[in-house]
Amino acid sequence: MQDLATAFATALGLVATADPAVTGILLLSLRVSLTAVALAALVGLPLGALLAVARFPGRRAVLVTLNALMGLPPVVAGLLIYLLLSRAGPLGPLGLLFTPTAMVIAQAVLIAPILAALSRQVLEGLWEEYAEQLRSFGAGPWRAVPTLLWDGRFALLTVLLAGFGRAAAEVGAVMIVGGNIEGFTRVMTTAIALETSKGDLPLALALGLMLMAIVLAVNALAQGLRDAAAGSAG
Amino acid sequence: MRLPDSILPLLVEGLCYRAGAVEILRDVGFTLEAGGPSLVIGPNGAGKSVLLRLLHGLLAPSAGRIHWGAPEGNVPVARRQAMLFQRPVLLRRSVLANAAYPLRLAGLGRAEAAARAREGLALVGLEGLAERPARRLSGGEQQRLALARAAALQPEVLFLDEPCANLDPAATRAVEEIVATLAARGTKIVMTTHDLGQARRLAAEVLFLHQGRLLEQAPAEAFFAGPATAEARAFLRGELLW
Repeated sequence: MQDLATAFATALGLVATADPAVTGILLLSLRVSLTAVALAALVGLPLGALLAVARFPGRRAVLVTLNALMGLPPVVAGLLIYLLLSRAGPLGPLGLLFTPTAMVIAQAVLIAPILAALSRQVLEGLWEEYAEQLRSFGAGPWRAVPTLLWDGRFALLTVLLAGFGRAAAEVGAVMIVGGNIEGFTRVMTTAIALETSKGDLPLALALGLMLMAIVLAVNALAQGLRDAAAGSAG
Repeated sequence: MRLPDSILPLLVEGLCYRAGAVEILRDVGFTLEAGGPSLVIGPNGAGKSVLLRLLHGLLAPSAGRIHWGAPEGNVPVARRQAMLFQRPVLLRRSVLANAAYPLRLAGLGRAEAAARAREGLALVGLEGLAERPARRLSGGEQQRLALARAAALQPEVLFLDEPCANLDPAATRAVEEIVATLAARGTKIVMTTHDLGQARRLAAEVLFLHQGRLLEQAPAEAFFAGPATAEARAFLRGELLW
């Protein structure tokens, strides 16, 4: 209990003094995870929509694989990207390893399957409702994809938030491909892991509280946007 | 954009539809000419909805032929017809965006689609609600919007599958008036209903379906004055047919 109280006090102190080091870590966390969500959405949402409307042999196997990939361990995703980006790897010459860009890529790989699997689930229900009417209008499955993405926008926002939550909370992938370099690739989760291993539990906990507050703020903002848009478009 | 050559008459021969082992339509044949509304009537389960979906191309027949009168390949037959469903399927968009959606699909520019969509909304009396979210409309307004959307496509043939089944009498009357207006403008109406009063009010011609077979096709006046088959007589008397 003592630690918890100290943690709150430390967190408040960090926020109150706007500690530049902590602020930098916080902003990098936000930048990396939000960029990763945007990148993963570009691939994951259309893929989910396509899987919702397409019927092909082997579809079930693809869906099972995709659902299983939702449980992809962050360290494994990190390791795969590490192998790709390491000096000896196929993308080594790009020199991206231990940069924020590498962290974005790793997190995007981690959450793209989550976005695809969840949006497939959400949009399949919508497609069942729309399919006959859209076919009557002469729109096949391909043309239905953008329609479903737009009409499912409110449900898809929740899907994006699930992806963001996963990205902001993971530590394994960013640790491996980012390296937790102070002032360059250190984000909230890797900082928490570091402070914990150093034994500064109150500081680690304080950083954890701040991370949760940020995730809460992003969700509240998204919910507010959604409510405002839903009011005008139903 | 109405092309000069008509897709009517519609010639149907030996039409069968099976769902698994169940035979839903058996050897149905008829011709639909341009002109007044053709009402497909019959008890529940007679195959009315399936027949409309086959004609509109949403289902593929198990056997038989559906032959549109247009010279083969000259006219995009699918673009000249529209269909209204029992439960209107509205997009999660504004009323106007709903009406414009199929026009945009058909390749019209944004401005032209919006203008034609507004004409459609005016036809059904919804122009005042153009910016409202479509799915917040009442049931009757939703069906009128679906009608406006279909009418904006300026189809030569409009299929309606029990469009008033879920509506109250006032909304039903509004839909019937719009359907009558469209028919008067030259749109061929092909509509199913189990409501005999509605059939009497709208029909120029009746097709009576029973257990997947077409038992009668007759001018409405003649049909209601004296149907030729015992099944149709029983149906008109309101007896249950199974």
